[in-house]
Amino acid sequence: MPNVSADTSSTAVSSSLRPRRRSRSHARTIVFPLLALALLIVVWEAVVWLFSIPEYLLPAPSQIFKATAAVWPVMLEHTISTTRTTMLGFLVSIVISLPLAVAIASSPLLANSIYPLLVLTQSIPKVAIAPIIVVLVGAGEISRVLVAFLIAFFPLVISIATGLLATPPELVELGRSFNATHLQELIRIRLPHAVPFVFSGLKLSITFAVIGAVVGEFVAADRGLGYQILSATAFFKTSLAFGAVMLLSIIGIVLFQAVVLIERIFFPWSAEEGRNL
Amino acid sequence: MIELERVSKIFESEDGDAVVALSEISLSVARNEFVAIVGRSGCGKSTLLRLVDGLVAPTSGRVSIAGAAVTTPRRDCGIVFQAPTLLPWASVLENVLFPFRFFGGLDDQVRGRAQALLKLVGLNGFEKRKPRELSGGMQQRVAICRALVHDPEILLMDEPFGALDALTREEMSLELLRIWTERPKTIVFVTHSVPEAVLLADRVVVMSPRPGRIIDVIPVRLTRPRSFAQESLSEFQSCAQRIRGHILDRSVV
Repeated sequence: MPNVSADTSSTAVSSSLRPRRRSRSHARTIVFPLLALALLIVVWEAVVWLFSIPEYLLPAPSQIFKATAAVWPVMLEHTISTTRTTMLGFLVSIVISLPLAVAIASSPLLANSIYPLLVLTQSIPKVAIAPIIVVLVGAGEISRVLVAFLIAFFPLVISIATGLLATPPELVELGRSFNATHLQELIRIRLPHAVPFVFSGLKLSITFAVIGAVVGEFVAADRGLGYQILSATAFFKTSLAFGAVMLLSIIGIVLFQAVVLIERIFFPWSAEEGRNL
Repeated sequence: MIELERVSKIFESEDGDAVVALSEISLSVARNEFVAIVGRSGCGKSTLLRLVDGLVAPTSGRVSIAGAAVTTPRRDCGIVFQAPTLLPWASVLENVLFPFRFFGGLDDQVRGRAQALLKLVGLNGFEKRKPRELSGGMQQRVAICRALVHDPEILLMDEPFGALDALTREEMSLELLRIWTERPKTIVFVTHSVPEAVLLADRVVVMSPRPGRIIDVIPVRLTRPRSFAQESLSEFQSCAQRIRGHILDRSVV
């Protein structure tokens, strides 16, 4: 079959080109942002020293580092606490979002009854109800996880439901031609098709969970980086507050990249298909 | 093997109008016969195929296979759509084995059959590839393997080569004939290519739109194995002319 061999060679060519292109883009996506970041730090440092800005107003990067390193064991504890709250909020979001999205996607009746409620929960500012949640469930880990969940689950529900509903009708018909039950259709066709959408949702959700954890810590906590920022600014320890903010962004980046990594390892086709985030 | 008795199908359009897709269709297809259905777009060819597969229920009339009324998709039917409709996340082999995810009973024997089918269509060595790494023709070959993997007695094909380029299309037609010779099956083949229908089929059913009706059934008396060399024969020409005559005739009205 002549055209088969032609096809083989063309795919072989494209796959031999791919790694080179990828490594070049890696250089671009890693080296350039790092250079920009380094430049920003240098400028920041220079500006603070040049205009001798007092540390309690705007600390220099070196001062932030020094202040954070001085109380590192405490900061580490706060970091671990915030990470735990974020992860728990994220996990609860996944556990709640999946069945909710399946319900929305499976029947218009359920969609019509659930959807307005979902939008309602999103129209209420979470910062505003965080204190109420504390009154309801007490000032502990549960209330912080609850706030993180409330912020993080919405984008996840929406993206999973969108993915389930965006399944091409041909694939659904294919399933029907094998007499697929609703459950089989969901597991064999709709859910796998939704995977790239699920991961877009997870990426949004994990970053939102960090925000939620901090909001929770602002209103009710005796530990965590959010609490640390509040108490540090109360004593004009601005360097320490900045240090906590840096650690927060590191948590956000690491968790986001973890989601990206999980997608690349377990769902490589999804990572290549859904380049939306 | 396949019997359609006065089958009609009426769809309700979104603004509530009734659209008669098929009107009083009667057709019988013998075991291991190759029947092509030709007609303009919108004449209900695809609906007819879906009725036979049990994907769509008739509004009136009766569809039966081997004497039993068709109510849901049957295991002894394999269907190939115009688009390959492969699962983008699954490998070629997994795609071919996909029906067994629903039927159950996926064993080494089935895997062996899938491998043999892939070999038959010239895709051995591509088992682990993902669909998007294949060309359109190769993807459609995978779809054909998937329709054949459970060894159905009936193969339903809805413009299977419609999305392919002309050369690949001719090659695929010959390949389908070769597969059919090696593993005889009852085939209903929807197309809007007149030469394709004549080349492949024992009988060509010509349909007209609005409402979808059968206007002629033309037996093709060409010897098998068929080849493109037969295109110059007068039997080929007269069949093709008769089909075109029906289709063009209607378009004037």
